[in-house]
Formats: sequence, C-alpha cells, structure tokens
Amino acid sequence: MPGPMTWRELPLGGALRPDQAERLRTGGWRTGVKPAVELDRCVDCLLCWFYCPDSAIRLDGTAFAGFDYDVCKGCELCSVVCPAGAITMVADDAD
Amino acid sequence: MRTEPCILTGGQAVAEAMRQIDPDVVPVYPITPQTPIIQGFASFVAQGRAHGELVDVESEHSAMSAAIGSALAGARTITATSSQGLALMAEVVYIAASMRAPIVMAVGNRALSGPINIHCDHSDSMLVRDSGVVQLFAENAQEAYDLMFIATRLAEHPDVLLPVLVCQDGFTITHSAEIVRLIDDAAAKTFVGDYHIPNALLDLAHPTTQGPFAMPDYYFELRHQQLGAMQAALDAFDHIAWEYAVLSGRRYHAVELYGVGGAEHVIVSLGSTGGTVKDVVDAARADGEAVGLVQIRSFRPFPRADVRATLGTRARVSVLDRADSPGGAAPLFADVAAAVQGMPVELRSFVYGLGGRDLHPEDVRALFESEERTHAYLGLRGEPCPV
Repeated sequence: MPGPMTWRELPLGGALRPDQAERLRTGGWRTGVKPAVELDRCVDCLLCWFYCPDSAIRLDGTAFAGFDYDVCKGCELCSVVCPAGAITMVADDAD
Repeated sequence: MRTEPCILTGGQAVAEAMRQIDPDVVPVYPITPQTPIIQGFASFVAQGRAHGELVDVESEHSAMSAAIGSALAGARTITATSSQGLALMAEVVYIAASMRAPIVMAVGNRALSGPINIHCDHSDSMLVRDSGVVQLFAENAQEAYDLMFIATRLAEHPDVLLPVLVCQDGFTITHSAEIVRLIDDAAAKTFVGDYHIPNALLDLAHPTTQGPFAMPDYYFELRHQQLGAMQAALDAFDHIAWEYAVLSGRRYHAVELYGVGGAEHVIVSLGSTGGTVKDVVDAARADGEAVGLVQIRSFRPFPRADVRATLGTRARVSVLDRADSPGGAAPLFADVAAAVQGMPVELRSFVYGLGGRDLHPEDVRALFESEERTHAYLGLRGEPCPV
C-alpha cells in the first residue's frame, strides 16, 4: 500500500472519480436506533428513498429493498414520512 | 491587424471584450464602479449581440457561487465586481481557487468601507490577495480590454486553471473615456477558442465529486497545488501575451520596465498610477535625472525573479501602495522587499491615494526628489504616526 498522495499526485483540486473514493462506513455514527420494516405493509411509494439524506434506502428497480446500515445515521426521517406505517425505529442492537 | 480607434471608458471597453469573448454564463450583481461593465454587457445581450446566460443573482456571494457552478459544469464564465462586492464574495473566491474554477472576473477597484467611499484604492483586491486567484492590474482602458482576452486564456490554461481577476482602477479607468483599439470579432473568438476543462461536472460519462472535505492529511497538499498553478501562470502569461501581441501588436509582460536603463531611483506601482509616473519619468529624464518605473502588471503571481533582477542593483527603490496594512507593511512594498532580500538597495514605502485621493505628477516628482528615508503617506494631512 503506497503512502498518502503528494501534492503532485493528487487529482486537480481534489476532484474524485467514483473509483478513487473510499466507501466510508458512516453508519458507525448512528444515534442508537435504526429503521426496521414490515414488508407486507410497504406500498413501494419510495418516499423513504426520496427523503433519506444518506442514500441508505436500497432499491430493486422501483421496489423498496431494505436499508444500508453502513450509511444509515438513525435520523428517523424514513419512519416519519412512511404513509403506510411500515417503518419503525428499533434499538441498534436488535436483530 | 489594424482597427479603427474608438473612444471608450474602461468599463465599456471590458463590456466590448465580454461581447467578443461571448461567455456562456455571466452571474453578476451590480456595484459602483463596476456597474458600467455589466450594464454594457447586458445591453449587448438584449441586442442579441452576446449570447450567454446573464444571471441576475441576489448578492455577490451568490454571483461567485453561481460562477463556480457554471465554470465547473463546463461553461465559460465571467463575472465582475468592486469593493464590498468582492468582500462579500471573498469566502467563495477562496473556494473557486481551490476548486480550480477558471472564472474571469473584471474588478473595478474601489476602497473598502469604512468609512463608506466609492472611489479607487486597491484595498478590495488586497483583501483576496492570498486567496489563490491570479490578479492582473491594468494601467488604462486599453490594457483592461486586452487583459480580458489574456485572462480568459490564462484562467483556462491546463497548467493554471485558476480564477483570474482583471483589475482596473475605479472611476480613473472604469469611467474615463480614452482611445481604445478593439481587435476584430472573429480574431477574438479564434484567440479565446473553445472552453475546455479536465473534469466538467456535466461530463456525465466521467462523473466526479468536486470540492471534497480535506482533513489535515490532505488540506496542505491541495493548498500547495494552487501554488504550483500560480508558478505555472507566470510562464503561461508570457506565452499567451506573446500570442496576443501577434494578433494585436500590443505586447504585455508580467512586469513592465519604463525608463529603467541606468536608473538609480526606481518607482514601483500598480494600476493607473503607472501612467502618471511614466509622464514624470519622461520629464525627469529630460532633466537628466536617472529615474525609472517598474509597473507590476501581474500582482499574483508576483514576478519575484524579474523584480529582483531589475531592482536589486538600484540605489533606491520607492514602492507606491494604494492600500495599507495598519500595523504592518503595505502589500506591494512587502512583496518587493521580499524579492530584493539581501540586495544592497534602499527601499522606501509610500502609501497614497486611499479612498480615491488623487496623486498628481508633482507629487511623484517630489517623491523622486525627496530624501525621506523611511515610510511616508503621500498627501496625508498632519504628521504621520511614527512607524
């Protein structure tokens, strides 16, 4: 593993291509609660996907496909905007 | 190329240059004494003689923010401002430089408040001295016009990619009508060419994240990249200015030497004052005095090696600053002093013209003849504070 880049090696102005960015697990900062879903209530309206500030809602085409806990911060927005009552917040260590 | 001379103010001349460059986007907010520039350009847009998107934003902070967005999206972008406008932009000017956005900005230099004032000094430019933007200073309307073309090429040069400010003294140049020779429209278009940057945001096949967070492990290196670009800008300026000379017959250098052959006493100046000093140099040399002028056209990057080579062997150098730094050295003086460090030259610092106070030829002549050995404030009423 080479060391950190020198100023000459760095991309212009720090502009990053997707393959240069590390996938950071920012979900490590989560508040202590995480969203959980009852899939048979979900209507695939995708309001949770639209509102999520951290791109933590996974999609399968246009269908809801779960949460990406690596980036979810536990802000609860998805559970607030869900019109079907399908999302509830549970303790971080719940299964 | 020969074109008929026009009578234009500096503001009108820069508006003509903008019409000929025909940028894609011009986000701008009016402010005296820059307003004639954007008013002139807006007329060209209204007449269909310029084709860019003129964006009326709600503040200069927004103007500079929009300029970053459009320049990095892939659109040639020009803006203009003065004084408080540049102060309000300042936060974003630093970001534009660090994101390497090749924005051209016409500046009508005006004193910063307070007290509030509308006339020329260079305190607004000096406020963004360390932001990482290139700053070129025009001596008259012709230079302001010509430097807009050179600035466009310089900003977009692949080794540079920095914002470039084309500074002209407020009112003294922006509002004074002079003879200006325009280049041909088609030649102007060919000279600036197409806009190209390496990482256009709208290049959807090659997406990039721009302006990312940089912690202590990378901030220092990214800031140093700007220094590398600045150093490259000196060579790039000279090359582009040479090309422009072929086109226009007018050759610009980062430092202009006027009457320095054999001169023992040299004045250093920025902006329109250079014209006044040239007249005085002519008269003084006719009287047998060995005096000359070093006119700094590129203030950032500061042409340190040229300044050292030219000034280091003189008996006396007097630096004229149209801005001060209370409690410290005036900005141009500080750069000249650093450039001639270790050379046996007597350096003198003169602050003049703050808030638009005139500097007359007789003041410059008196300065050449003065034996004052320390710092002075030209035209100040009352004994200056000891420094």
